[in-house]
Amino acid sequence: MSTTVAPPVGPARTRRPSGGLFRLSTASGIGLGLSLVWFSILVLLPLSAVVGAAAAGGWTAFAGTLTDPQTFAALRLTVVEALLVTVVNAVIGTIVAWVLVRDDFVGKRLLDVVIDIPFALPTIVAGLVLLSLYGPESPVGFNIVNTREGIFLALLFVTLPFVVRTVQPVLMEIEVEAEEAAASLGASRFTTFRRVILPSLVPAITAGSSLGFARAISEFGSLVLISGNTPYQTEVASLKILKFLEGDNQAGAAAVAVLLLLVAVVVIVALDIISRRVARRG
Amino acid sequence: MAETKEIRQHKSVVTYGLRFFVIAYLFVLVVWPLSEVVKRTFAPVEPDAAGGFGAFLERLQDPSVTYAFGLTVTCAFWAVLINTVFGVGISLLLVRYDFPGKRVLSVLVDLPMSVSPVVVGLALVLAYSTGSGWFGSALESVGIFVIGSTPGLIMATAFVSLPLVIREIIPVLEEIGTDAEMAASSLGANAWQSFRRITLPSIKWAVAYGVVLSLARSLGEFGAVKIVSPGAEFRGETATLLIQNRYGNYDESTAYAAAFVLVLAAVLALVVVTFIRRPEERS
Repeated sequence: MSTTVAPPVGPARTRRPSGGLFRLSTASGIGLGLSLVWFSILVLLPLSAVVGAAAAGGWTAFAGTLTDPQTFAALRLTVVEALLVTVVNAVIGTIVAWVLVRDDFVGKRLLDVVIDIPFALPTIVAGLVLLSLYGPESPVGFNIVNTREGIFLALLFVTLPFVVRTVQPVLMEIEVEAEEAAASLGASRFTTFRRVILPSLVPAITAGSSLGFARAISEFGSLVLISGNTPYQTEVASLKILKFLEGDNQAGAAAVAVLLLLVAVVVIVALDIISRRVARRG
Repeated sequence: MAETKEIRQHKSVVTYGLRFFVIAYLFVLVVWPLSEVVKRTFAPVEPDAAGGFGAFLERLQDPSVTYAFGLTVTCAFWAVLINTVFGVGISLLLVRYDFPGKRVLSVLVDLPMSVSPVVVGLALVLAYSTGSGWFGSALESVGIFVIGSTPGLIMATAFVSLPLVIREIIPVLEEIGTDAEMAASSLGANAWQSFRRITLPSIKWAVAYGVVLSLARSLGEFGAVKIVSPGAEFRGETATLLIQNRYGNYDESTAYAAAFVLVLAAVLALVVVTFIRRPEERS
């Protein structure tokens, strides 16, 4: 992957095989205009309204909301849980991808479908699914309602596919020549994995982990039934926003929302940079 | 090649250990809980009450349940329709044309998927609610109420599923290049003819794939809808909101029945998506 000669440096469009881009004509210009109007109405203006509402009270009000002990506890819990889940996913997701690509056994295809289920399920249903086994009437004797372990489990469930699905295609592409060379030079399988395979997986693991982290930070639906929403204990950022809104404190809700928005933007930009860098390396 | 086979076929304890670990992990995290939902959906509520498929159907025929599913389908339909038209248009613009701010737009278009659904709901409220929204009073003066009514639900649904169609089309458009379109236009085809005869046939599977993904996402949207909807029975209660309300009101059997329908829809979407992928890969 990284052994090929670097392609000539230049803007992305000059490298596209069939070249030319069209200039905007009148019709396509109108199309662009209409698209932008709709995109602004649906996405840009409402998101600006969030930033506006958060900034309306000035910096002190904004900082005051976020440093309020109860809000701060919710934010800290959200970040800590999201980081824990991200670390677990980075390891387990890579292992799952490895087994799906390199191992071969009856029922592997089925396992591949199971990975997609947490994505396909509505978030509220995801919460209900976990509660049916680990909830109040649990047949196995757990009750995760209103516990931090419950939040952890729910986040683990909804973020399962991210690392698996980003690592899997990269693992398929890796050529075995380098591994054979390493093995013939006496490297153990673990050394081969660590020195030959892992380095080429790192961008994919990073990308998948960041997506999972962003999702975990902002997760709401699957936590609604599980987190008891107890201040300082099991209250997370998204539920705090809901509580602010229900208490008619729109500025408070907007302040927390801006923070979540910021994380989303940072992750997207970081991913854009990673993918461009990987593409450039060829 | 023979050596490759040997390396791959050499299965050590580690291989079996990892395989067992992955199966166990996915079973405990996904398969077992999911099977429990199925069990509860068809279990009798009381020990002596009737369970099974009949009871399940009966719960779904409750008027408030049919209202909830009707509303969900309506919102999903409009959101998917809007996103498909917008998605095809913006993808063509982003791939085929050159204009200032293109890179920023292509990053922004991806944003809705990463924004927390609660923030989406809050954003729509802050922009369009009658009491406190930026444009609330202006819209009220022309008789449009977005928040708390169906248009708000459609917007919330469209927002969260916006990039799904675009993400599927853009790679295909980049892949096929512009040669055929250039040839068509040099032979005198206008933009619409070239789109309908050349571009559309080559992106149709990507569009179909994106539509199924958007539909699945729209049917299951919860967070954004929760914020913009009044969420009461017969008043803006979508299927997902119904699940939350019923679970909270100790009517778990109806919650599980509604959830089961959504699980079925999700699994169906997964199956359809794999079938759509097949012909695409074949060609």
